Amino acid sequence: MAALDVAGISHSYGPKRALNDVSFSIAPATFTVLLGLNGAGKTTLFSLISHLYDTRRGSIRIFGHDVSRASGEALRRVGIVFQARTLDLDLSVHQNLSYHAALHGVGGREARQRIAALLATVDMEGRQHDKARSLSGGQMRRIEIARALLHRPSLLLLDEATVGLDIQSRAGILTTIRKLVETEGIGVLWATHLIDEVEDGDHVVVLRQGELVANGKVADVVRTSGAGSIRDAFSRLSRIEPAGIAEISP
Amino acid sequence: MSNPAMPEKVAGIVPMKFEKFGLRHYLICLKGVVLRECLRFLHQRERFISSLVRPLIWLFIFAAGFRQVLGVSIIPPYKTYVLYEVYITPGLCGMILLFSGMQSSLSMVYDREMGNMRTLLVSPFPRWFLLVSKMLAGVSVSIAQVYAFLIVAWFWGVKAPPIGYLMVLPALFLSGMMLCALGMLLSSMIKQLENFAGIMNFVIFPGYFASPALYPLWRIQEASPLLYKICLANPFTYAVELIRFAFYGQINWLSLGVVAGCTLLFLAAAIIAYDPSRGLMTRKQDTGGNA
Repeated sequence: MAALDVAGISHSYGPKRALNDVSFSIAPATFTVLLGLNGAGKTTLFSLISHLYDTRRGSIRIFGHDVSRASGEALRRVGIVFQARTLDLDLSVHQNLSYHAALHGVGGREARQRIAALLATVDMEGRQHDKARSLSGGQMRRIEIARALLHRPSLLLLDEATVGLDIQSRAGILTTIRKLVETEGIGVLWATHLIDEVEDGDHVVVLRQGELVANGKVADVVRTSGAGSIRDAFSRLSRIEPAGIAEISP
Repeated sequence: MSNPAMPEKVAGIVPMKFEKFGLRHYLICLKGVVLRECLRFLHQRERFISSLVRPLIWLFIFAAGFRQVLGVSIIPPYKTYVLYEVYITPGLCGMILLFSGMQSSLSMVYDREMGNMRTLLVSPFPRWFLLVSKMLAGVSVSIAQVYAFLIVAWFWGVKAPPIGYLMVLPALFLSGMMLCALGMLLSSMIKQLENFAGIMNFVIFPGYFASPALYPLWRIQEASPLLYKICLANPFTYAVELIRFAFYGQINWLSLGVVAGCTLLFLAAAIIAYDPSRGLMTRKQDTGGNA
C-alpha cells in the first residue's frame, strides 16, 4: 500500500488553475522530493493533502485512507511541517508541543515522555521551557519537526522546511529527516525549490505551473529529460536557464 | 541540528497502529485547546487589564455621571428601585462577553494569518469538535474576566444577591457561547486582520448600544420606536436580559430561547464556513503560503 497516493488532482483559485491533473504515489519509508519553483503548486498540493482545502477533482489517499472521506484516519497518519512558521510565539516550547499532542489525543505522562524523547532527537533538550519567541529560525524548525512527529505519523510532509535557514541548519535538518526514513521507516515528502537538497537515490516529483512534468528516481528523471545532472534536468523541466537554478540555490 | 552530527538512534518515533479515538482522547483534546487559550490569556496581561478596565470605566465614570440623569423605574426582575450602577452591571457583563467573543474572532484571524490555525485544522478530530473546543476555551476565559469584574464591582458597592453570582453562571456561559460562535462565524468571513476594524463599527458598537445594556427597553421605545424594533431584533438584547434575570435567580424564557437558538444557528454557520468542502475557507487563499 502506498504511503501517499495522489490521483488526478486538480485545483483552481477562481479562474487561476494551481494544479492540473497531478498524479503520483510514494512508497512507505522512502524520501521523495517534490521539486518546483515558487508558484509551481507545491503549497496548494500540501493544503489538499492536509485537508485544509477540499479535494474537488481527483483523490488523495494516505495509507489507503481517502483524505476527503476519512480525513481523521488519514490525518492521524501524517505529520506536517508547514512553510510558514506555526509555533505560538507567546508559549514555551513544551506548551507548544503539549498543545499539538492534545490535538492528536495524546496527553499526560505519555505526551511528556514523547516530548522529552523528540526534543533529544532534534538536539533541543533543555530548551523546553524557553519561549518560542526566543528561538532562532533553525531552532523553531527543529521544534516544528519534533511537533510533527509527536503523534508518531507514518508519513511526514515538509513544505520548504529549510527556507531562510543557514547552511549548517539546513544540512542538520535534512540529515535528521533522512535518518528518520532509514531508522524509523517514515515516508517523507520534502517540498523544495533548492536542487542541492536532492540526492542520487531519491524519488523526485517535479511540478511546473501546476503540471506534473517528471516523476521517478533521480537517475530516471535525468535520463528521460536528456540532461547531464538533476540540476540540468530541473532547469530543463522548469524551462529556466541553468544560471537561474544557481540563483535559487543558496 | 546546528551541529549536523546526528544521534545514532532516533528515539520515540515508531509508526504504530492507531487505536480508535474514545471519549478520553476527545477530553484530552478539549483540555489542550482550553489550556492553550488560558495560557495565551495569562501571557497577554494587557488583554486582561484592558478587558477589566473597559467595563470599570463605564461603571465608575459613566454610571456615576448618568445616575442623576437616567431614572430606572421598577421593572422585572427588580422589585424595587435600583441604582443605575446596579442596572448596567448585567449589560457590562454582556459587554465583556461581547468584546471577548470578538477578541476570540480576532485571534482566529490572527492565527490564520500567522499560520497557527493550521495546526488546529489538521488535527484528526472532527472539525466541528475542534471549533466547539475553541469556543469553550474562549468562553472559559470570558467568564473568568466577568467574575474579575464582578469582584471589583462588589467592592464598589454594586452587589447582587449572593446566590445570583452562582445563578448567573449558566447565563454567562450560554451568552458567551452565542457571542463566541458569532465571532467564529465572522472570523471565517474576514480575510485580513486589517478588516477587523469593520467588526468594531458594524458589530460591537451597534450590538452594544442597540440593546438594554445601558437603558431599559421601555425608555428606548419612548425615544424611538424604530430603535426599539432594532433592539428587539438584536440577539445581544436577549443575552443581557438573560444575565440580568439570572442575577436574581430568575429565568427569562424568551431570552433563553433566543440565545440558545442563536447559539445553535451561529455555531452551525461557523462549522459550515470552516468546512473545507462547503465553507468559505475553500474560496479564499488564506493558508498563507505560496501556490
